Amino acid sequence: MLLIQCIYCGERDETEFDYGGEVREQRPLEPDNLSDNEWAEFLFSRANINGIHVEQWFHSGGCRQWFNLERNTYTNEITKVFNLKNQQIIRDKN
Amino acid sequence: MKSRLNTNNTYSLFSIIKSGFKKNSVLDISMSNKTPKKNYDVIVIGGGGHGMATAYYLAKNHGITNIAVVEKGLIGRGNTGRNTQVVRSNYLWTESSLLYEHSLKLWNNLSQDLNFNVMYTKRGVFSLAHSYQEARDVARRVTANKLNGIDSLYLTPKEIKEYMPIINISPTARYPIFGASLQKRGGTVHHDAVAWGFARRLNQIGIDIVQNCEVRNLIIKNNIVNGISTDKGDIFANKIAVAVAGSSTRFAEMGNFKLPIESHPLQAWVSEPIKPILNPVVMSNAVHAYVSQAEKGELVIGAGIDKYIGYSQRGSFNVIENATSAIIELFPAFSKVKLLRTWAGLVDVSPDACPIIGNTPVKNLYINCGWGTGGFKATPGSGYVFAHTIANDKPHILNEAFSLDRFASGKLIDEHGAAGVAH
Ligand SMILES: Cc1cc2nc3c(=O)[nH]c(=O)nc-3n(C[C@H](O)[C@H](O)[C@H](O)COP(=O)(O)OP(=O)(O)OC[C@H]3O[C@@H](n4cnc5c(N)ncnc54)[C@H](O)[C@@H]3O)c2cc1C
Ligand SMILES: [Zn+2]
Repeated sequence: MLLIQCIYCGERDETEFDYGGEVREQRPLEPDNLSDNEWAEFLFSRANINGIHVEQWFHSGGCRQWFNLERNTYTNEITKVFNLKNQQIIRDKN
Repeated sequence: MKSRLNTNNTYSLFSIIKSGFKKNSVLDISMSNKTPKKNYDVIVIGGGGHGMATAYYLAKNHGITNIAVVEKGLIGRGNTGRNTQVVRSNYLWTESSLLYEHSLKLWNNLSQDLNFNVMYTKRGVFSLAHSYQEARDVARRVTANKLNGIDSLYLTPKEIKEYMPIINISPTARYPIFGASLQKRGGTVHHDAVAWGFARRLNQIGIDIVQNCEVRNLIIKNNIVNGISTDKGDIFANKIAVAVAGSSTRFAEMGNFKLPIESHPLQAWVSEPIKPILNPVVMSNAVHAYVSQAEKGELVIGAGIDKYIGYSQRGSFNVIENATSAIIELFPAFSKVKLLRTWAGLVDVSPDACPIIGNTPVKNLYINCGWGTGGFKATPGSGYVFAHTIANDKPHILNEAFSLDRFASGKLIDEHGAAGVAH
């Protein structure tokens, strides 16, 4: 089980959190101007990284805040925790 | 090597006694280490069930035998050897039911075809409903199955109890049972036997299985692929077929295109062996758990994926705890049984819970992925249609709908949940 550090509540069990997927580019500003392929790429394509992955988590069973983590998807080690507002690093293991 | 493998043998009492005196086993194949040739007609990347079935049907249906199956580890050590062996074809949508039905029919004769017992056991697969809405959904799926010519029954709680007296159908149960679907031809197939059976057959045909050989890159010129770079040097081929499950995204990167795939841990676990007590496979969508009893007596339990992407082939304990506690609510008699082992695979999950089988933006490069949590049942069918796609450079009628461009066209095949749990 992952032990996740919420930026507000500290280290809590994974069961208190929802996973929000990889941190991606912004939603396209003018989706009407995208081709079907470009739109499909935004909707469905994923980097699906094996290694260092920046991802979103939601402390749904706690303070109900979103924040970002940097996790190694191969070793499961969580190396960085970011504040969502300014992407400031709250914790850095390195 | 060949003579040790006792090729072309059909089993007879005599050959069994004779082999009893020799030091050979099917495992010799999985341990065999071929040095690859420089050139092949087709290279299949990935020595799981899907890759080996593809090579088998390329030979059987299309007369192509100059093939290498290149595997980074040992054959059948991926999801093929880690799954919970459930096979069925009672999917909701026509596209998927026809594909899985084709596969279920192939299991029927696969032991004869391979001359190796893959132990297809039609023990029946139940999908339970725990609310009125779920009961209506299950009944709808049963009807859809019948319209597609697939055997499917809707059973009441009392009828369910006749098949498995130990199930708790009390209306006050934690997970009350409103009904279930039953596919009688569904059941289990021994996963290791599938890997060994295909490997042994490929060996007999003269197809090279190259193990401990990681493919590191694709050799592509002008958007046409003609080879691979591996641990054991470059190998060239007219056509390259990728069947690597959770590692698919890496190959899309090599080909400079994108995939809508995420790789997740998927766990399963077994109990200590107990006397025969549960004949069919029982699954429940709502509690996200399923159970069957293996021939040796262990209860085999599985759940849904771990929510985060992960390549560690390891999942979180809460998934095991949740699914096991639900199974114990359904079968209180199991509460004292001890767990023996747990493990996880690396599954390739697509947005509509359906596979991607077909051409890629790179010429002569073909991909077969996205089977996620439920591709074992499709092993022969997947190989069959993928081989057709490779040999003819266009899909078989059964995998036309499963192309990569469905995500741009919007023609998704939404099997999520609709299919009666993902296995
Ligand atoms: C716990 C669990 C339970 C499951 N239960 C069921 C079930 O009950 N019923 C069902 O139908 N399905 C089930 N599945 C899903 C099923 O196991 C898979 O969909 C199916 O086995 C996939 O087969 P495959 O041959 O594509 O993949 P795999 O068997 O994973 O084969 C892919 C191979 O590619 C190799 N590879 C990867 N990268 C490279 C590289 N760079 N070079 C060379 N080789 C490479 C890997 O080593 C691997 O051997 C389950 C899966 C898991 C994990
Ligand atoms: Zn919190």
